[in-house]
Amino acid sequence: MFPIEKYYFAATIEDAIAALEADEKARVIAGGTDVLVRLHGGNPDYGCLVDINGLDELRQISMDGEGNIFIGTLATCSEIIEHPLVQEHLPMVVQSLETIGGPQVRNTATMGGNICNGAVSADSACAALVYEMDLLIRNSKRERIQSINGFHTGPGRTVLGRGDLFTAFCIRPQKYRNMGASYYKYAMRGAMDIATIGCGAGVRMADGAVTELKLAFTVAAPTPIRCPHAEEAVLGKPVNAETLQQVADALLEDVRPRDSWRAGKEFRLHIIKTLAQKVIGQAAENLGGTL
Amino acid sequence: MQSRTISMQINGKSYQEEVDVRKSLMELLRELGLTSVKQGCGVGECGACTVLVDDIAVDSCLYLAVWADNKAIRTAEGECRGEQLSPVQQAYVEEGAVQCGFCTPGLIMASTAFLEKNQGKKPGREEIRRGHAGNLCRCTGYQTIISAVEKAAEK
Ligand code: FES
Ligand code: FES
Repeated sequence: MFPIEKYYFAATIEDAIAALEADEKARVIAGGTDVLVRLHGGNPDYGCLVDINGLDELRQISMDGEGNIFIGTLATCSEIIEHPLVQEHLPMVVQSLETIGGPQVRNTATMGGNICNGAVSADSACAALVYEMDLLIRNSKRERIQSINGFHTGPGRTVLGRGDLFTAFCIRPQKYRNMGASYYKYAMRGAMDIATIGCGAGVRMADGAVTELKLAFTVAAPTPIRCPHAEEAVLGKPVNAETLQQVADALLEDVRPRDSWRAGKEFRLHIIKTLAQKVIGQAAENLGGTL
Repeated sequence: MQSRTISMQINGKSYQEEVDVRKSLMELLRELGLTSVKQGCGVGECGACTVLVDDIAVDSCLYLAVWADNKAIRTAEGECRGEQLSPVQQAYVEEGAVQCGFCTPGLIMASTAFLEKNQGKKPGREEIRRGHAGNLCRCTGYQTIISAVEKAAEK
């Protein structure tokens, strides 16, 4: 049995928020693929749970009249991957969620949880950063919109405070339309593994030149990051070997990889540079550009 | 400790149980006598505990028993009809895809869900591998398992 000390099954969103506010130690359990693993390992930080699995309104995936796409925090990775709206408009979300765990894990894990647990290796984080997703967060007083930029504040830490419930991702049409995107997860194994480095890119071009690049990494710094220097370095240039080399050089200003048992710092840097070139090239190709 | 009363179907039979909220679905099913559900790793790595919840494969070790409320659960016990093995089970036998058998019930359920999802298609070996990435087997080396799934897909 899991060492759960206090358990609350929320019947409504308001109910969940009240329970999260009432107890400083309360934590949300969604798909459970991280929380239950930690509890299994005896982690005392997860003893007090607010279960939101009864809140079916948080499972919705939809698009409004203006083209904003909403992905509820409780939608599982498999539900998101298979959803026609996501397949049509957010291919990089599909690509990154497919790299998570194996089928059983994707059938229960949620993208909301993947982002909230704050892991530097979160497979969906690059997609969230490249599509510049907005996170809809509610507490007892109001609903607020928080950009994914700045949501992660450190390893395992986010801006979510006591009584905050993250309810949905919102992806704006101006953030996904006319953009070529691609993701690559470098890991030791082809499945059931944690990323050594993850890299995502979104590219927009006009007349053969890059008008906008969004480049994101996981495990390249203490949080998932965007790369402002590298993004700047390609503006107005064609996507060719020379430009990609300039990206790789500029990247050094953006990333801060670390040594760990999974990989050394030097090796990570090598992977970071290699992936950036590969993924930007692929994103441009997906847009219909050529290398 | 807290408990919740849940209603569920297991292999077509209705159950109503008062369940400790700390319990995993794996523990609950084994207590109810469904010992095809194995505990390997307990953390979602090996798939030995795979069952279908509303026809979707999940690791029952990482699934709270209370989440089974109003759901239909399928385990390997429910796949055969009397003496008659399911097409997936039969294919595992024919291909010799069972050695010690510890991983087998979980794999049978993973294959069953995979084939129901890919109904009418002929998945390739690579696709079958990816569809079974959540299940470990220490004995067979996987080749016979993949052959069994290929065979079952033809039935
Ligand atoms: S026992 Fe559930 S995945 Fe290993
Ligand atoms: S047959 Fe022994 S673990 Fe698979």
